[in-house]
Amino acid sequence: MAEAVRVGDVVSQVRRVGADALLVEFSDPAWVTALDAEVRSRWGAAAERAAAVHVGDIVPAARTLLLDRIGLGGLHDSGAGAGLDGHVVLAPDDLLRLIRELSSWVLSPLQDRAGAMVDVPVVFDGPDLDAVARMWDMTAPEVVATVVQCEFQVAFCGFSPGFAYLSGLPEGRAVPRRSSPRTRVPVNAFGLAGEYAGVYPRSSPGGWQLLGTAVGVQLWDETRETPALLAPGTPVRVVEHDGAST
Amino acid sequence: MSPGLEVLDAGTLTTVQDQGRPGFAHLGVPRAGALDAPAAALANRLVGNVPDAAVLETTATGCALRATGPMLVAVTGAPCRVFVGPVLGGMAPAPFASPVRLATGQTLELGAPVGGMRSYLAVRGGIAFDPVLGSRSTDTLSGLGPPPLAVGELVPVGASAPVTDREFAALRDEARRERTEPGRANSHGDAPPEQGSLVLSIRLGPREDWFTADAREALTSMPYTVSADSNRVGLRLTGTPLDRAVEGEIPSEGMVLGAVQVPPSGEPVVFLADHPTTGGYPVVGVVDASGIAAAAQARPGDTVRFAVIAD
Repeated sequence: MAEAVRVGDVVSQVRRVGADALLVEFSDPAWVTALDAEVRSRWGAAAERAAAVHVGDIVPAARTLLLDRIGLGGLHDSGAGAGLDGHVVLAPDDLLRLIRELSSWVLSPLQDRAGAMVDVPVVFDGPDLDAVARMWDMTAPEVVATVVQCEFQVAFCGFSPGFAYLSGLPEGRAVPRRSSPRTRVPVNAFGLAGEYAGVYPRSSPGGWQLLGTAVGVQLWDETRETPALLAPGTPVRVVEHDGAST
Repeated sequence: MSPGLEVLDAGTLTTVQDQGRPGFAHLGVPRAGALDAPAAALANRLVGNVPDAAVLETTATGCALRATGPMLVAVTGAPCRVFVGPVLGGMAPAPFASPVRLATGQTLELGAPVGGMRSYLAVRGGIAFDPVLGSRSTDTLSGLGPPPLAVGELVPVGASAPVTDREFAALRDEARRERTEPGRANSHGDAPPEQGSLVLSIRLGPREDWFTADAREALTSMPYTVSADSNRVGLRLTGTPLDRAVEGEIPSEGMVLGAVQVPPSGEPVVFLADHPTTGGYPVVGVVDASGIAAAAQARPGDTVRFAVIAD
């Protein structure tokens, strides 16, 4: 990913979603975060108010970027609920124009955009550590060594406010979800599912394979300037913590 | 100290709702907000509030509240009987979808809706719980915002200027126009939508290709029935299962309001305001914004049909 690319070269398809949204599908999902940042700067809330295009919600996910509540002609959606008078229906011509413009953008490699690294201290005391060690055919300490060497990045958030899906596990290290989800996963539990690592911002049911517990961090605080500690695009390192009180 | 509303009966579920908190979906925050947005907007208009003032949203059973100071209220959405008391020693009927004055200590009762599911109560000055991420909406999926109302609680109401007789008359005239002029915003003034059956316009996609041709045919020709499991997250339907052309889950992708998501059972769910921001089941189509309020007012047992918009 050292070279800049044209969006059209890393996007396989742009699908229409309802009246005023588009789902951008990537042939190379490594570029989702870069396009997310680009759309946000050109068409997002902080963009010039006179921008010809405005996107209300920009939602990165595993292989896609959703552009929801697209407004045209500098019309600024005030966040009004759907179904109010005169909701936007994008005409086929508008859609084509948007897709053409999007496809022509050039994305620079992510290294140029990365925000500040966030270190997440983790005590590796999780109930599924041995199960993951068996899946990976290694010892528990080797699992820990593997995880702390990963260069994670927040691919996207979902499931609950501030729950970040961290990409960056080594190739071939995806793990299945637990066959029977736990009814209660404790707050700050750190685990793996599929090709992602993640930390539970609050206690909830969940099926991730739990390797440990994050300490000294609060994943979600709605009163903070930045409510989510791990917003999409954030580079993350997991640091082993010995479990002594901080 | 502004007056408030003391909760005497919270009903099955009464929540605080405004226009929600769109714009935070990338952090996993649902949009929330009034399910029947036009009804909530009308309630605010009838008491002279700004459009994004917070209102109360009842569910299926109404609620009862006591005013700790004089206030102006209006009830819209699912039509229900409204009572104010004590008046001459008992409860007196008050108009629906029209401004109503409450004196200090008076009780306001919203009965169970006679059509639809959710009634809206606006109070002049707005419901004044502290906003979270710019919204006072209760989000039942993620727990953001004020918790659902509980008996005994005092619901804070924002300060507002007293209502003059002239202003009250103007608001009452507005309510009358709303009821009598055709072509005004569809806000269910007091004409409930046709009972028991509903046609929702949808645009197919983004994942209609995950379903067989027969499934796409069934979706737009077979009747579906509203399930009692429906809630603020989604309108759950039972009926002809939609068979997959492609098996398995979709890697998580962003979800929109009105998305018709199809879980492994094959029976569709129409996403409403508290829907999750991302999901792993394919979305066969998206209900047009014009149908969201009606979907939110559909009752268990009602029939839903889908009609495709091709634009």
